[in-house]
Amino acid sequence: MMRHLISAADLTRDEAVLILDTAEEMARVSDRPIKKLPALRGRTVCNLFFEDSTRTRISFEAAEKRLSADVINFAAKGSSVSKGESLKDTAQTLEAMGVDAVVIRHGASGAPYRLANSGWIDAPVINAGDGTHQHPTQALLDAFTMRRRLIGPDAGIGQDLSGKRVTVVGDILHSRVARSNVDLLHTLGAEVTLVAPPTLLPVGMDSWPCEVSYDLDAVLPKSDAVMMLRVQRERMNAAFFPTEREYSRRYGLDGDRMAKMPEHAIVMHPGPMVRGMEITAEVADSPRCTVVEQVANGVHTRMAVLYLLLGGNEPAVTHARTEEGK
Amino acid sequence: MSKILIRGAKVLGGEPQDVLIDGETIEAVGSGLSDEGATVIEADGQILLPGLVDLHTHLREPGREDSETVLTGTKAAARGGWTAVHAMANTFPVADTAGVVEQVWRLGKESGYCDVQPVGAVTVGLEGKQLAELGAMHESAAGVVVFSDDGKCVDDAVIMRRALEYVKAFDGVVAQHAQEPRLTEGAQMNEGVVSAELGLGGWPAVAEESIIARDVLLAEHVGSRVHICHLSTAGSVEIVRWAKSRGIDVTAEVTPHHLLLTDEMVRTYNPVYKVNPPLRTQNDVMALREALADGTIDIVATDHAPHPHEDKDCEWAAAAMGMVGLETALSVIQHTMVDTGLLDWAGVAQRMSVNPAKIGRLAGHGRPVSAGEPANLTLVDPAYRGPVDSAEFASRSRNTPYEGLELPGRVTHTFLRGRATVIDGKLA
Ligand SMILES: [Zn+2]
Repeated sequence: MMRHLISAADLTRDEAVLILDTAEEMARVSDRPIKKLPALRGRTVCNLFFEDSTRTRISFEAAEKRLSADVINFAAKGSSVSKGESLKDTAQTLEAMGVDAVVIRHGASGAPYRLANSGWIDAPVINAGDGTHQHPTQALLDAFTMRRRLIGPDAGIGQDLSGKRVTVVGDILHSRVARSNVDLLHTLGAEVTLVAPPTLLPVGMDSWPCEVSYDLDAVLPKSDAVMMLRVQRERMNAAFFPTEREYSRRYGLDGDRMAKMPEHAIVMHPGPMVRGMEITAEVADSPRCTVVEQVANGVHTRMAVLYLLLGGNEPAVTHARTEEGK
Repeated sequence: MSKILIRGAKVLGGEPQDVLIDGETIEAVGSGLSDEGATVIEADGQILLPGLVDLHTHLREPGREDSETVLTGTKAAARGGWTAVHAMANTFPVADTAGVVEQVWRLGKESGYCDVQPVGAVTVGLEGKQLAELGAMHESAAGVVVFSDDGKCVDDAVIMRRALEYVKAFDGVVAQHAQEPRLTEGAQMNEGVVSAELGLGGWPAVAEESIIARDVLLAEHVGSRVHICHLSTAGSVEIVRWAKSRGIDVTAEVTPHHLLLTDEMVRTYNPVYKVNPPLRTQNDVMALREALADGTIDIVATDHAPHPHEDKDCEWAAAAMGMVGLETALSVIQHTMVDTGLLDWAGVAQRMSVNPAKIGRLAGHGRPVSAGEPANLTLVDPAYRGPVDSAEFASRSRNTPYEGLELPGRVTHTFLRGRATVIDGKLA
């Protein structure tokens, strides 16, 4: 297993499948009355958040606590990130405090990479989202959700996503979720199609391992999973699209469009959703929409990542059984 | 001042000759010159060039003396083989008045390591709105000829047109930092394959090329000369080539780093590679080398941009843009242009001394190495190879992208009007 988790592109197929399998074990533990594992007892994990994200922070915190880690939450937002000194200073402070792992969220692309590679700190670094670059645990929880839904919790063990067709719709340009998903889904053998207005696709993405379409309706019937990305309303002020209504008409997912998807296909969203913009309430609240499951799966997946990065190479199941036997 | 005899140097890379300096002047060039009463410098195998002239240097004084001063910057210049540098106007306060340019000019005189020719701002406060007192800066003791808002683009077409016209009265030139501001809002690196992957804001080539295209057309329309700072793209090269073929009076510069490094380096997220204009692609690098060789690009200029350690020891987005370059420029040019066979040493002299002096109308620099000329000279050992070690820099800043990189060539001696500013690679 790697030392840090900075980018979904750094994971091999086998590493990714091991994380998903481990997450499945974690999910089973979560169904038991006693959810806690002793795996990270005595280890300290710091959640270093330079950018507000209660959802992601709580998800990591839950994962850390279920693994019995000691948790430090460090919200650095507001402490002048304009001059980046604070990242280095904070890192060195944490190092001095003997932190065993750092989960970092940062508004600047590359900040976790810098943290892991600048000699500022020795501890493993887990990227919890950096700028418009990467959000690898989100991609892992998405892949986990797809595998569970499209293959099955038990049948999925040891499997990748070969042959599954995944469509990602929305603001690809500004999305770390899209980048991470393209990388990981490709590694796992899925076929990815990105759908967006051309203004919201980055220049220079020709070499990405995916297809691109401007036509959502054409892609929907060929999708096993459709992932809707949040589109910020402010983007229209920068002329990325003319109006909210036009965006919704062309790229939003409503009931009629959902009906064009194959019966088994699921609708995903990393949250928070902008209902009425990229997704209608009808779709968001339908049983095909996995948003709530994704939240639960986020905890399992992050437990798996923390466990594998800090705990060792063997499947967590041995620990789980030990705990059970006590 | 006593005499100095440089013995057996290859003048402009030609046959070995002796060069005798007497006082501030070259007294004789020939073979078997007498060393009577002269300090002898054995220059076997070394190349003798006219002292280098940089048209684009950020000396940071006044205002950012934590990163560089005129004194430390000119020491760095001397070590790099430069005998004249043009100090850019984006200081604090901005060099947009006769008072500030005279201050910089005087500091240069006091330093004594290298001539400092101040560049004046085109517009008040580099704000692009109102012309600065260009005439007053020209008439000041500093005698400003080159005007630039460098760091910022003169993006208003009318202001640019007026500036181009206005400086004709005293044979001035506007040096444009070509960057369309709206297309580069939030820009962090070259827009392309690497930026798409890294999720860093893109700085598209078209933002540079569209301004250059506009400015060469403006220069043609009003019959002015225009200089383009730090060309960085293959497309810019094509536009300048086209403009020259039309007879437009345009000159262009390229930095050493744009001749060597590409945006692939940004994958490290190490801000030492963050610079404006950004590092481009290998295709751009090859086009720039070719253009420098064929004369489409007239000069090499360093865009020496010192920054204190803390401004680079951080995440990419928060880091300052710019690299130091005075002390590594000649080595990078030998590596990219001479050792590749694209340029001979006479060609280097043309592009790093003669042409920049001509663009800046700088008397006494960029002159032939012959009797009667001012003894502004640079002696280079082209056989030297060694890793770049920023601990040796005279610059106050260490933000070099070449740390540890093995580069050829070393400036052994620099002479400013007959006085050695560098002896055996060390400041005199
Ligand atoms: Zn510039």
